[in-house]
This record gives sequence, structure tokens and C-alpha cells, in this order.
Amino acid sequence: MTFRKYLVLAGVTVFAAAGDSMLSYGMKQTGSISIHHLQGLVLAVLNPYVAVGILLLLAFFASYMNALSWADLTYVLPATSLGYVLLALVAKFALHEQISLLRWLGIALISGGVGFVAGGPALTHQESPAVPKGANDDGTAGAAAHNRANALRGAKAPLFHEKAES
Amino acid sequence: MRHVYTWIGILIVVFFSVVGDVLMARAMKQVGDVHELWRRSGLWSVVGRVLTNSNFFLGVTAMAVAFFSLLFALSWGDVSLVAPAAASLTFIGNAFAAKIFLHEKVDRRRWIAAVLVAAGVALLAG
Repeated sequence: MTFRKYLVLAGVTVFAAAGDSMLSYGMKQTGSISIHHLQGLVLAVLNPYVAVGILLLLAFFASYMNALSWADLTYVLPATSLGYVLLALVAKFALHEQISLLRWLGIALISGGVGFVAGGPALTHQESPAVPKGANDDGTAGAAAHNRANALRGAKAPLFHEKAES
Repeated sequence: MRHVYTWIGILIVVFFSVVGDVLMARAMKQVGDVHELWRRSGLWSVVGRVLTNSNFFLGVTAMAVAFFSLLFALSWGDVSLVAPAAASLTFIGNAFAAKIFLHEKVDRRRWIAAVLVAAGVALLAG
């Protein structure tokens, strides 16, 4: 895992949370949209909060796709869930909202789940069960496994060693 | 009867979310490590590879269907049930789908994580 990859995962978390909250704030300003008055949708996009929210969600999508190009789906998804935790903390400390005990429990569960995944490898493949142990103590799946997986897929991407850049 | 419709709506949302996520993950694995690709052949090569990948378009389509079915499900059932139920079941469904279709090694660590996150999301959004 390079520093840049951690930045991408942070981007997935932050952009999702910020985009969703901007969108929901903007949509509450514009009011509800009925299926018979779809021009309301166009007006909604003109709302600055909605527009910024859409841009943030596009940024989320770009970083999500970026992360999926080098990590498992089951590795990236918990990172997106950390956005819920972020939103709750923002609500507590920036907006001074009350957070119920159940919600604190939810925050603890999500954080625990993310901790479980973050401690393991980012990329796994069943075709290569023997991920070299100890070769990558920093928690990456092992460039060797990655390369082998690429080779099995027909080596669209040329082989490289992640270690070299980190 | 209303409950049945609500849960059918939730399951439809979960189904298309999972399909979208799995197709997107497969598309990006076919594209390859974006950082490496970008450094070697530039941004446009990355964009080109993504836009010529059919799994990418199928995935986006499935995600769009999931989004609109969420809107419909929200009009059938309560937000406080539909949103957290769909979000947390999607996590569980993705763990199964990633194991079956993407051949990811979903070990005990990741199962625990999926269950914890699903429960946490349900509590937070509920």
C-alpha cells in the first residue's frame, strides 16, 4: 500500500459522505419532486448545494473505481461505510446534534468492521492461495499474487512490482 | 401486504446494487492498476480502457437501475426501514457475490467485517 492508495481510500470515504450530505441539504431546499413534474429535477440541479453534491459524488465514483482497480470489492466497501461514521461525527461536533446510544453502537460496529478488513491484504485471489507470507508485512496482498492473477486473466496489464514504488 | 411490497422493493434494490458493484469491480480488475497504467501511458489511456470495457457500462446501468428502484421503494415503504435495510443487506450480498463471482478470498476476517458493518449501518441509518 502506497501513501497515494491510502489517499484514494480516504477520498472514497470523504467524497461519499460530503456528496450525500450536500445533496440531501440541497434537495430539502428545493422541495419534493413528483413524477408528474419532472422539470423540478432540472431546477434542483441549479441549486448550488445539489450541483456541488453531484460533483462530489462524481469524485467519489472516480476514487471508488480507482480503488477497485487495485483492491478487492470486499476491501473497498467497508471504506465507503466509514463515511456513515464520518457523517455522524460531523453531526455531533460541527452541528451539535444529539447522538443516541444506538448510533454510537453503530459507529463502534462499523469502525470495528473496518479495522478487521484493514488489517488484512487488499487484494486476494482464490486462484493463488499461496500468497507469500512475510513477503509483504505492510498488509499488501503481494505483488507476486497480483501479477499471477493478471497472468491468469491473459495479462492485459503488464507485470510490475508494487514494492518498487512504495 | 404492504410489508411484502416493501421487502420486495428492498430486495430488488439490493440485487441491482450487488450486480452493479460486482460488474464494476470486475471491469476495474480488467482495466488493471490505474496508478501504474496512468504513470506508464497517461490519463487518456486509463479513460480509454475504462470506456471500452463492456462490464463498466453494464455496471453503471445496474447501479442506475438500483438508484431508481430505491426511489420507488422509498415511495412504498418508510425511509427509516428501506434505506438502512437496503444498505446493510447490500454489504452482506456483496460479500457473497465477491466470493462467488469475483473469486475473492472472503476469509473469516472479512465475513466478520461484513456482518459488523451491516449491523452498524442498520443502527446508524435506522
